[in-house]
Amino acid sequence: MTLLEIRNVTRRFGSLEAVKDVSISIEAGEFFTLLGPSGCGKTTILRMIAGFDEPDEGEILLDGKSLAGVPPEKRPLHTVFQSYALFPHMTVAGNIAFPLEMTGKSALEIRRRVDETLALVHLEDKADSFPHELSGGQKQRVALARGLVNKPRLLLLDEPLGALDAKLRVEMQIELIALQREVGITFIFVTHSQQEALALSHRIAVMKDGRVEQCDEPDQLYTQPANRFVADFIGKINLLDVEVTASSKVLLSLRAAGLGEIAATDPRPIAVGERGVFALRPELIRVFGHREAADLKNRFEGVVRELLYLGDVTLYKIELANGALIEALMPNAAPGRAKFHEVGDAVGVCWRHDAGVYLRS
Amino acid sequence: MSEPRTQPSGLTKWVVTLPPTIFLLAFFLVPALIVVLAGFRETGEFGGLAPLPQLSLDAYRFLGGDVIYLEIFARSFLVAALTTLICIVLAYPLAWLIARSPKQRRDFLVLLVILPFASNFLVRIYAWIMLLGPVNLLYTPFAVIVGMVYAHLPFMVLPLYTNLEKHDPALLEAAQDLGANAWTRFWRVTFPLSLPGIFSGSALVFIPVLGMFAVPELLGGTGDILIGNLIKEQFLENRDWPLGSALSIMLTICVLLLAGLTAWGSKRGLHGTEAVT
Repeated sequence: MTLLEIRNVTRRFGSLEAVKDVSISIEAGEFFTLLGPSGCGKTTILRMIAGFDEPDEGEILLDGKSLAGVPPEKRPLHTVFQSYALFPHMTVAGNIAFPLEMTGKSALEIRRRVDETLALVHLEDKADSFPHELSGGQKQRVALARGLVNKPRLLLLDEPLGALDAKLRVEMQIELIALQREVGITFIFVTHSQQEALALSHRIAVMKDGRVEQCDEPDQLYTQPANRFVADFIGKINLLDVEVTASSKVLLSLRAAGLGEIAATDPRPIAVGERGVFALRPELIRVFGHREAADLKNRFEGVVRELLYLGDVTLYKIELANGALIEALMPNAAPGRAKFHEVGDAVGVCWRHDAGVYLRS
Repeated sequence: MSEPRTQPSGLTKWVVTLPPTIFLLAFFLVPALIVVLAGFRETGEFGGLAPLPQLSLDAYRFLGGDVIYLEIFARSFLVAALTTLICIVLAYPLAWLIARSPKQRRDFLVLLVILPFASNFLVRIYAWIMLLGPVNLLYTPFAVIVGMVYAHLPFMVLPLYTNLEKHDPALLEAAQDLGANAWTRFWRVTFPLSLPGIFSGSALVFIPVLGMFAVPELLGGTGDILIGNLIKEQFLENRDWPLGSALSIMLTICVLLLAGLTAWGSKRGLHGTEAVT
């Protein structure tokens, strides 16, 4: 069931088009993420959903009804702000009780719901503390509790984990997933961190310059990026400029200048002679001694130029015959051996014919 | 609550604090003690103070003996309270407006608020004589309040502005997002957070109004004299220094009591909101 529909929304600030003809529909119960670099328009969309801003064109519908002209305080949704925006003069319990008081609940009901929500975010013992007495992670939980306490239809989260340190952020991500599953409220999450988006979301809309570049499930975004921007923005990826030399139903033959033929797959009808980009994830490349497996397809010679030993994996930067540097990620999965190749080693690289993606440019 | 700061070394602390300490001892504490002592002495034959050996409680006895002094004290506190209240009501929207205007305009608007100080205080009060005279409001309690509010308004605007300017706009957005309308947002968020500003503004208005004699003298009628006038009269016209000193001491005690009470109240009020809303 569609809960929120953003229909052809455009928002201009002076001559700048911050959001350009964006259409997204969000299902009830979904954890939906707007992902993009700063200035891509994701926060503007969030503010328009919350009601702090109105679209210049298009409309936003909640349960099929337009939200145009409905002020923020009348919208059945809450926001968790980047700075948390906790009321400094109220206790934790006072902050969480605030939205309940606004709806005119009885004191008894408010008490019960506040206690319930405090338990949900594991802050039972902080009810009478003031925000300045809390740690970053605790403030974060109070902000979440305040947003969830009167069970809104939709919770908007504006980079809520941005102010936390790396370790705490991972903990909060896990808590956030559990919390969303437990309360069943639809989350719309805004972030510039692709790792965070991949870890948390059911679906992600990748944005750039006010447009949605691709809207899909995390694994689809990762394995089937729609274009160069998405491929590059999400995770690490190698990009090679190629020309299409042959195209059958699903098989594709690409030529990279100075390198040779690359076999790939693509279900789309693609014209021979078209130029594009071949995108390949580092973890899908195999690296081995240069004498091995010489008869494989998609096998090329190269030299290790740099390596980054990360413990569980090693990242190799390998220079190919045409001078292109590609990155290959190898798990250090052999007991007792930390890495397999050294800088300067001549190596062979290879990948399956369905490992990479051809992107039209 | 606050970050630990590096403490200056013992010697630096002494060097830095010594001059102001000497200044305050010499020109603040000593005169205050002289006034306290003067309150327990007798009037000399030609006014002023009689030679030292005689000490008496005459001045205080005299104060207690006439209900008029109590009336003047009560009236002064009423005028000060009323002035403070009107100043809060007038200054709040103004301070809020300045705090909400674009950053580059704020300094200019603050300058406008303090611009009247550039001209002489008495001249400005005389201007009110010209304004109130033709409409038959001169020499009334109303004129006194008008003058008092006029003279002290900037002292309320500035601390309020300093406070309101620091408010995080995200708090109001959060309140609105959580269902609060404009009225509720003001009373539950802006107002409680501005209480420190209101307190310091009130102190800056209330206390000077208590001691102010120029405004009632120029704009008020014969029945409008306040403690300030009374004290000034004892020193300059009646030459009854012990009585004047006794009056000053009484005023100081009252103000200190009130300040202590406010400080105690604000400390409690600034934590829980329940006390405030």
